[in-house]
Parts: sequence; structure tokens; C-alpha cells
Amino acid sequence: MAGRRLVLRGGRVIDPARGLDEVCDLVAEDGRVAAVGRGLGPTAPPGPSGPAAAWRADDGTLVIEAAGMLVVPGLVDLHAHLRTPGQEWKEDLASGTAAAAAGGYTTVCCMPNTDPPLDSGAVVEWVRRRAEAEGLARVLPVGCVSRGRQGRELAEIGELAAAGAVALSDDGAPVRDAGLMRRALEYARAFGLPVSAHEEEESLAAGGVIHLGSVSAALGLRGQPAEAEAVMVARDVLLAGWTGGHLHVAHVSSAAAVEIIRQAKARGVRVTAEVTPHHLVLTHEAVRGGGVAGAPGYDANAKCNPPLRTEEDRLALLEGLRDGTIDAVATDHAPHAREDKEVEFERAAFGIVGVETALGLVLTEVVGRGHLSLAAAVERLTAGPARAFGLRAGSLAPGAAADVTVIDPGREWVVDPAAFRSKGRNTPFAGWRLRGRAVLTLLEGRATHAEEPYRGRLPEPFRHPLYINA
Amino acid sequence: MTWSRRCLLGLEELGREEIEAVLETAESMKEILGRPIKKVPALRGLAVLTLFYEPSTRTRVSFELAARYLSADTVSVAAATSSAVKGETLADAARNLERMGVDAIVLRHPAAGAPHLLARCVSAAVINAGDGMHEHPTQGLLDLYTIRERKGRVAGLKVAIVGDIRHSRVARSDAWGLAKLGAEVRLAGPPTLLPDAAELQGFPPGVKRFTHLEEALAGADVVIALRLQKERQEAGLIPSLAEYARWWGINRRRLALAAPDVVLLHPGPVNRGVEVDSDVLERPEAVVLDQVENGVAVRMAVLYLVLGGGG
Repeated sequence: MAGRRLVLRGGRVIDPARGLDEVCDLVAEDGRVAAVGRGLGPTAPPGPSGPAAAWRADDGTLVIEAAGMLVVPGLVDLHAHLRTPGQEWKEDLASGTAAAAAGGYTTVCCMPNTDPPLDSGAVVEWVRRRAEAEGLARVLPVGCVSRGRQGRELAEIGELAAAGAVALSDDGAPVRDAGLMRRALEYARAFGLPVSAHEEEESLAAGGVIHLGSVSAALGLRGQPAEAEAVMVARDVLLAGWTGGHLHVAHVSSAAAVEIIRQAKARGVRVTAEVTPHHLVLTHEAVRGGGVAGAPGYDANAKCNPPLRTEEDRLALLEGLRDGTIDAVATDHAPHAREDKEVEFERAAFGIVGVETALGLVLTEVVGRGHLSLAAAVERLTAGPARAFGLRAGSLAPGAAADVTVIDPGREWVVDPAAFRSKGRNTPFAGWRLRGRAVLTLLEGRATHAEEPYRGRLPEPFRHPLYINA
Repeated sequence: MTWSRRCLLGLEELGREEIEAVLETAESMKEILGRPIKKVPALRGLAVLTLFYEPSTRTRVSFELAARYLSADTVSVAAATSSAVKGETLADAARNLERMGVDAIVLRHPAAGAPHLLARCVSAAVINAGDGMHEHPTQGLLDLYTIRERKGRVAGLKVAIVGDIRHSRVARSDAWGLAKLGAEVRLAGPPTLLPDAAELQGFPPGVKRFTHLEEALAGADVVIALRLQKERQEAGLIPSLAEYARWWGINRRRLALAAPDVVLLHPGPVNRGVEVDSDVLERPEAVVLDQVENGVAVRMAVLYLVLGGGG
């Protein structure tokens, strides 16, 4: 037989890039998708209790029984902080990609606000190689816009592109200088890279630690208004329209920003956008959570930047995701150590871990509540982000890498931070009951994550050499 | 008795009955303050720690005397001499102090929510003595006590809170306490120091905002003038202190717009000539020193209740 051949049999295959949504089989050979269609797999051998969840056919083919499961492209995250190099106590490439695989992700774009930052070809290449050696997901680095993330002069964008950077960002901080943003959009265009912008006008954000509004007022916390984001988005879509560069708006959080992006897209500006699961699911009220005896909790796990905003903003984000104004769900996975969060709220680090909860939150709170169809949700987690950054990922077309996520849509589970593979436990979703979960993740046809009913049933060479629990 | 809380973190989460329980307990405490030997054994054998991360004389002394009048042992830690300068976190510091046998921690801290963090980390009683811009619940309670003492009631009174509402923990505690007891609350000050429409949703229902002081003062039964922090001018929120005094300072002419028997409160310390004219403070309407005295009684009541005296 040909080398590694596996058949995912009888699942509901959703491949939004091709508009495919039907119950059929998927065949992968040597890490690539070979065929998608009906009646492709060997017939199950007769047995007293039906076929096992995964079994070897006589010719060595691994048959994975996927009836009742969703078979979708491996999820693609445009925005994760893997903290490497420099902050490996918060996350490293092994823990971050193991967490991603457990959440159904096969491709992760890692953000460059590391120490040193990813502002040179050498560091980008180092991260890529390290991730190949120790990672359970494809790691695609995002390079810096500016040298040292200082916001003064352009980083060596050509070198970054040559080393494999897939986008540029000074994320964690905005590009304050409009002239620098103009040059970045102009210059990056020549290398086909989008500029992923953290949109925040700092003189308006004014050191705010949550959204400026009723909760900030009640809790006596400095707030940052939605306008701090929106005026910067407005500036940058103008610059993108002028330069022809590709602006990607990172973690959109406000209704005003959604509307500006919608109008810009209608005018033909090259702008794409992403939203995080937490901005789709929570509002600033989450900061009150975790308190004793009715008192506000000042939950630092709900502290993120941009901040969680109002219900009106949340609904606008859902609508933007539905109508395509927002191209992708991205996690902004931001792991922190306990001591970064167990401090006074205003001193706590910004950020929420995301890769292990994103899929469950989208299926339960976005699809489950009728905001988005299942097919559209899969699109925003796979083909949508891949298209936004021009990645060769997020598709099950024959010839594509066999990056496949098998989802049990009925699996109920409770978010337990202690069980995370990420080193970060900082989630406001602890204890949430979710429905829908990745039960098998394949990277180039090899398992990087498996749980019931597939756990322990994936023999060599169908499991990733670094994945020991398969 | 309707008190069952281990902590007093704010007035927002208290019910009317709980607030009234404190005020009634404070009445008995004030009676003790009037005795020749003002000491009762109610909290004998218990230890109260005042942990102050911000400079304060009045509030700290008020709490310490309150604890001692109830026979508790007190110990005082100020941030400058504490392990904060060695980088120890607040949570770790409190856990350590608790293991030395502290029963109640009175915390003053520049960060909103610091006492709430503490309440999750220790099992001792935690009393918020002012957390950033959030709340100063014992100040709110002593203001309620003082108003009730002078007016006989709180419900139905028109109360104008004047000054830097946006950054004031006193304004928040006063607004919650007054609203829960049925007063009409008016917030007045420069637009840059008032909550905007969205922020106002974080205040008690029915609270109104006024940028013209005269409108807020019209017919007011109580006026609470807030201290204006000089930093607000440095931050560009008001053009100058003189301009503030001209438009939002409390003077005799303005106070005459209020009800004839108006009462004027100020949490202190006062910037004379900025938020209140000096001569107004000498008038009988001003009850600033009553507030200070009542503060001790209210803090005795709070210590007594959180340490189980009410159970």
C-alpha cells in the first residue's frame, strides 16, 4: 500500500472553502488529502459490537469511524501569544501548541511581542524551527511592524517575509504614528503581508483597564472608551485605502469599529478583521464576577485589551461575524502566570487564554444560540482566517495538507483550567458547561490530540511523534 | 439583627436593612463614646489590623480608636514600612498577617477592588477603608448617620453631592447609601468630573447629574461637598482651581438656594476657598466635626458587626 493512508468514514464533512457540507468519507495519504466523497473506505469487518472507533484494514489503511462527528479543516488561529522567546514560564512552543491541538487547532499564528521581539528574520526563523521540532501545530510567526516594537522605524519587513512571517503587528501596543502606519502598509504590500493592527488611541484610552461605562463607573476603575478603538480603525482604513495596503484589524471589540470596517469593505478597501470568542460571549459585566456575598469580584481573568464592552457591542460583533464584515474568530490566546493575575485589578496583566475554549464557546454560545450557522462558524474558524492572511490552510481540497479536526458536536464538557495543556489558567470561563469539542486533531494526517472515542486507538505512524497520549 | 457579612466592602451590595442595622448599632456606640470611661469589652481578645497603603491620619485613627473602645487589640501597618516595598504581593502579605492571628483587616488602598481581592485570599473580616476611586463605605455610613441625626430621616431628602464625582469613592458610597435609604441624589460638578451618560448607569437608579450647581442646590436638604484633588487640574480636567471655585465652589450665596435648614457635609480634609468658602464652614449648617465624631461610632458598629457581635 501507499505509505500512511487513513479514511475518516461517514462524518459530516464541512469544507467551507469549497462550499461542501455532506456526510461522506475523507481519505488522506502521506499527510495530504487524497479524496473526499462517498464510499471511499473499506467496509468494516463484521463484529459482535460493530466496528471500533478506529481500526486497521487488511491493506494497512487506518479507518476512523466518524459517524455523528463533524469533520472540518484543522482550525486556524490568527492571533496567539506563545510567549517564546523570553517568557517561557507563561507559555512555550510545546505547551502552547499542545493546547492548540487540544482545542482543535492545527495552524497558529504567533504574535511577536516576545523578548526579544520577532523583529528580525533570524528570530522568526528560530521560532519556526523550534516549533517544527517541538510543536504539535503549524506555527506561523507574525513579525513586528517596527524595529523593537518601538513604533519609530520599520522593521526589516522583507527579511521577516523571507524568513516566513505571515503578517506584521506591533500587537500589545498600537502603531501610534500615522506616518509609520502609512509606510508599513505601503511597504508590506510589496511582500504581500497584511498589517495586523492593535487599534487603540492611547490618549483616549488613558490607561483604562476596562471598558469606560457603567461597570467602570460603579467599580471605580479607569475606563477606555470604544472611541479609543474606533478612531484608530478609522485612521487605518483611510491609510489602507490610500496606500492599497492590507489592513487586518486585530481583536475588534466595539460596534463603532465594526461599522467602520463594514463601510470600508463596501468601498473596496483591503481590510480584514478578527474577533475573539470572549468578545463574542462576554460583556464588561464579567469583571464583576467572582465576588463574595454580592460584592463585585474584580475578576482579573476578565481583564483583556481591548476590554470586554457592552451588550450592544457584543451583538454588533456577532452581526459583523455573521455578515462577513469580520472574517475570522481569533483567540488572542494570552497565557499569564498566576502571580500576574492575583493582584490588584489595575495591576493585573491583560489577557485571556483561548485556544482550548474557542471552539466550544463558538459552538455553544454563538451557533447554539442561533447567532451563526454551523457552516459559517466553521468558515470563520478555518477558511476565513486562512484567506485573511493568505495561508495555505483551512481547506480539505484534494492535495491540501491533511489538517483535519473531528468534532463531537454533542460532547458536553466543563471548562476546567487545571486540565488545560496551556501553562496559562487565566480564563473567565472556568466552570462553564459547553457542548461540542474537538475529539481528534490531525496535523498532516497524524494525531496531535485524541480523546474518546479515539484515545489510544491511533497507532504509529498515525500519531504525531511528539504526541504521547494518542 | 440582619447582619451576616464577614466583610464590609461597599454599600452597593448592601440592602436597606443592613445599612439600618449599622446605623442603629452606631447609635448605641455613640452612647458609649459619651461615657466618662468609654470602653466596653465587646471585642476583647480580638485583633484588628489597619493596613494602609495610602497616607491617611483621620480614617486610620478613627478605626483604631473604634477598635480600642471595644477592647480589641490593634496593630497598624503603613505601606512605606511594609513588605510592599520588597515586592511582596498584597495577597501574600495579608495571608502572612492573618496567620499571626489577625481577626479583622481594615484596608486602605489606592487600587479599586484591593479589599475584594483580600476578602478572597483570607478568612479574616475585611473592612474597606477606601479603595481607589471605588468606595469608602464607612464614610458613606457616617454621612448617613450624620444626616439622620440632624434630619431625623433620610428617605425623601434632596441631597446634592458636589465636586469630583467621577474620581470620588466617597461620592459612590454616599450615592448608594442615600439611594438605598430613599433619598433623591443629585450629582453636580464640572462636566469633566461627572459621570457621562453611560457611566451614570453604574450609579444607583434615579440619580441625576447637574453641570449647573445652582440647579442641583435648589431646595436641597443636604449638600455634600467633595474634596477636589489638585491632580485633576494637572491632568487637564479643569482649567484652574480658581475657575472651579467660581463655578462650583459652595459659598453663602449659593447655599441660600438650598432649603432653609440645609446641612452641609464634607468628608475632609477641606481645601478652604476651593470647594467650600471658609466662612461657610463656620456656619451652623456645617456639620464636618459631627461627621468626624460619628465616624468613630459607625466604625465601632462595623467592627462589632463583622466580628460577629451581631450574631
